[in-house]
Amino acid sequence: MLIAILLGFLFSLLLVFTGKFFKGKPGIISAAIPLVLFGYFLQFIPEISAGGTIVHSYSWVPSFGVNLDFTLDGLSLLFSLMITGIGFLVFVYTAAYLKNHKYLDRFYGYLSMFMAAMLGLVLSDNLITLFVFWELTSISSFFLIGFNNSNPESRKSAITALAITGLGGLSLLAGALVLGSVGGSYSIDELMNSSGEIAASPYYILIAILIFGAAFTKSAQFPFHFWLPGAMKAPTPVSTYLHSATMVKAGIYLLMRMTPVLGNQEFWNSTLIIVGSITMVYAAIHTLFRTDLKGILAYSTISALGILVFLIGQGTEAALLAAAVFIVVHALYKATLFLVTGIIDHQTLSRDVTILRGLRKVMLPVAIAGFLAAISSAGIPPTIGFLGKELTYESTLALVGTPLLWIALILITKILLLHAGFVAGISPFIGQLPERFEKTKKPGILLWGPPIILSVAGIVFGVFPGIIEGSLIKPVVAAMGQDAGDQHLQLWHGFNTVLWLSVATIVIGTVLYFTIKPSQKLVKMVTRVEYISPESIISGFWSLFNKFSSLWTRIFQNGYLRNYVSTILVFLIGLTGYVLYNTANFSMDFSTLSEITVYEIVVVTILLIAVFFVVFTRSRLAAVASMGVMGLAICLIFVFYSAPDLAMTQFSIDTLTVILFVLVLYRLPRYLKLSDYKTRIRDGVLALSFGSIITILILEVLAQPVNMEISEYYAQNAYLLAHGKNVVNVILVDFRGSDTFMEISVLAIAAIGVFGLLKLRLKKTDQR
Amino acid sequence: MRTIILKTASAYLLPVLLLFSVFILLRGHYLPGGGFVGGLMASIAFVLHAFANGLSNTKTLIRFHPGFLMPVGLALAFLSGMAPLMFDLPFMTGLWYPEAIPVIGSLGSALFFDIGVYLVVIGVTLTIIFTIADTI
Repeated sequence: MLIAILLGFLFSLLLVFTGKFFKGKPGIISAAIPLVLFGYFLQFIPEISAGGTIVHSYSWVPSFGVNLDFTLDGLSLLFSLMITGIGFLVFVYTAAYLKNHKYLDRFYGYLSMFMAAMLGLVLSDNLITLFVFWELTSISSFFLIGFNNSNPESRKSAITALAITGLGGLSLLAGALVLGSVGGSYSIDELMNSSGEIAASPYYILIAILIFGAAFTKSAQFPFHFWLPGAMKAPTPVSTYLHSATMVKAGIYLLMRMTPVLGNQEFWNSTLIIVGSITMVYAAIHTLFRTDLKGILAYSTISALGILVFLIGQGTEAALLAAAVFIVVHALYKATLFLVTGIIDHQTLSRDVTILRGLRKVMLPVAIAGFLAAISSAGIPPTIGFLGKELTYESTLALVGTPLLWIALILITKILLLHAGFVAGISPFIGQLPERFEKTKKPGILLWGPPIILSVAGIVFGVFPGIIEGSLIKPVVAAMGQDAGDQHLQLWHGFNTVLWLSVATIVIGTVLYFTIKPSQKLVKMVTRVEYISPESIISGFWSLFNKFSSLWTRIFQNGYLRNYVSTILVFLIGLTGYVLYNTANFSMDFSTLSEITVYEIVVVTILLIAVFFVVFTRSRLAAVASMGVMGLAICLIFVFYSAPDLAMTQFSIDTLTVILFVLVLYRLPRYLKLSDYKTRIRDGVLALSFGSIITILILEVLAQPVNMEISEYYAQNAYLLAHGKNVVNVILVDFRGSDTFMEISVLAIAAIGVFGLLKLRLKKTDQR
Repeated sequence: MRTIILKTASAYLLPVLLLFSVFILLRGHYLPGGGFVGGLMASIAFVLHAFANGLSNTKTLIRFHPGFLMPVGLALAFLSGMAPLMFDLPFMTGLWYPEAIPVIGSLGSALFFDIGVYLVVIGVTLTIIFTIADTI
């Protein structure tokens, strides 16, 4: 299974080297990867539907309980099949959609990276691993949204999406850590067993809020929804794949996965119901005020995600069944509508619903796909959409409390979604074909094939729900700890309230479709209240934050090294001095000190002379040289106190430092007295107080009892365990080898930094 | 600063200093020394050569940009840390060849780690100094 997950990463790595080959026509070969994976996951259906789960475990960082544990159960199987299945169609579609794009290979690289990350996300059983893959999906989404990186709008949307989903990622990490420490494990499977303890713990609310933070940002719930419409700047295959079918459902997945662990609590259920219902109604109303096809679809996607959150919040067996069905429904029809929109955009170069008409004459297969998807989204029988809607109504009717309110809200949402589906899937194809579109080229089969497959699947599953009932849907509910054994998916439920609600939805929705037409006037109406939208409020916060940080930068990062040094010193003196003032006892035991020897006096005298020389000399080179003298004097002190390793290192470092200084200073103009007396006195006071603080600190440290345990351990084991007699070196290369490795990495980074700063300066002509 | 004495001396000093730095590197496990100091000494040897003969001559002598030593050293250190994984031991476990080898003494993964440190230090120091000397 690890290979199945890593395949996408490996492929994107391969593209780095062989990208040229995948540009243009051969790009379609890459669609083989999701296809193979789809086949791979299909073979697990019998085992999963029989109630089994498949577990693969690889240890990663066992000492922290972080393992690559992958579990395939009903829930992850459904998502895996969606990711690879829709992934395959999107890969194929992309081959035609971005046929002549310069960076098609990069696109495939990001796309397969995303696919792998998403698979990892839904298959991980370990919270930390899940977090890693979660972040990877955010990052690949960032690259894909900003794919047209020459467009500033794209870049802005990409950053907004990354900021919002990244924020959610942090929240997920925090949630995972708290959950792990409360539940005693990072394994979701084990956490399910301790769900009672978790619910009883005082941290339950905190955990739930953190998990909500992750899920709501990723799944674009109110008030974090606004990154999703912005993300529509991405090429349409991306919108189809990431921002409607899979990635935005990662939040839904997380909530479903966490339902057995955190669910069935008052706080969990009511928060989800409230946030979900606000989102679904808010976004559904927004679809009325859009004329851009992708904008309409974006808001209807948010609304659909809201419905899912609402259903998960209900938490009953019927609601979870409805959610599982609705995930399939939505993936099928929304992906189709996006692909259809993409084709229209690709062929006519327009996405404006107010001018698109009669396109069935030039692209009949696309029109069929659009029509089928629209009726599925409307929930008209015999589509699977009808099933999804019936189940939603049914579970909402069974809600305790105020079902009337919820029914009203869900009814409004469904009606508006029907309207949105009709506008996006039907209205561009009916009516009179305007002259300007008469010469529209017919799309190829690579373009219209994928949406046809998806939309026909929506009908087939609707007519024969048995295909997916036992194999896909019920295992999902079972994975969430509920048993949906006695429920059956069927089109005909008899004359009951649910049916009347369905009829009402379809009738009112259709009437609405004929009365409210998308127009510029409606778009203007909504821009008038834009200033109170969450987006404007949050971007207001952002600009405030930007102002604050530039103010901060102007004060503290002013580019003068001397100011940096004095700022650092002032803070050190202040903080350390404060602590020392409160805790130090300023007593010294002179009796334990060893006697002062003659050569120590000599060295210290040299040191003092050198210090004064540095401060008062008028020649720069002389100052550097006497700094070198100070360094060497300190080396001698190290030698006296038997630290030959330190002395050697200090000696070499000092030599090199002096050389560096000389190299730089040799070319500088003559020494000038730049600072006046006041600054000099200020700096002198600063330096003296810093020196005194450090001295006091060292004396205090010496007064503390020394714990010899660690040094004794090293001294005893250096030869036994590491075959070395030089303890210092053994610590460096063996006991603390990882530290050394980090340190040399940092050194290398510093050197690259210096090289970059000095060598890669812009040429005069390139400078602005 | 180019004197004939320094120039002549540096021609002989360079190999001797380099040899000395390798000596320091190898003795590190038992006696004061090690990859870090050894690397610094080797870089000092090159810097001395550059002072006496000019930077461009030293660069031709080294043939490649010293910066390339950094990834090589990092890779060597990393691989010596990874090696124990092949024997199902945790990362960075010291591996030792059971018998001592003449001249070098007992051989272990720590030696390769130290050689990695040595190379990185040479690479870093020379890159920084050469870059600064070049641009100023």
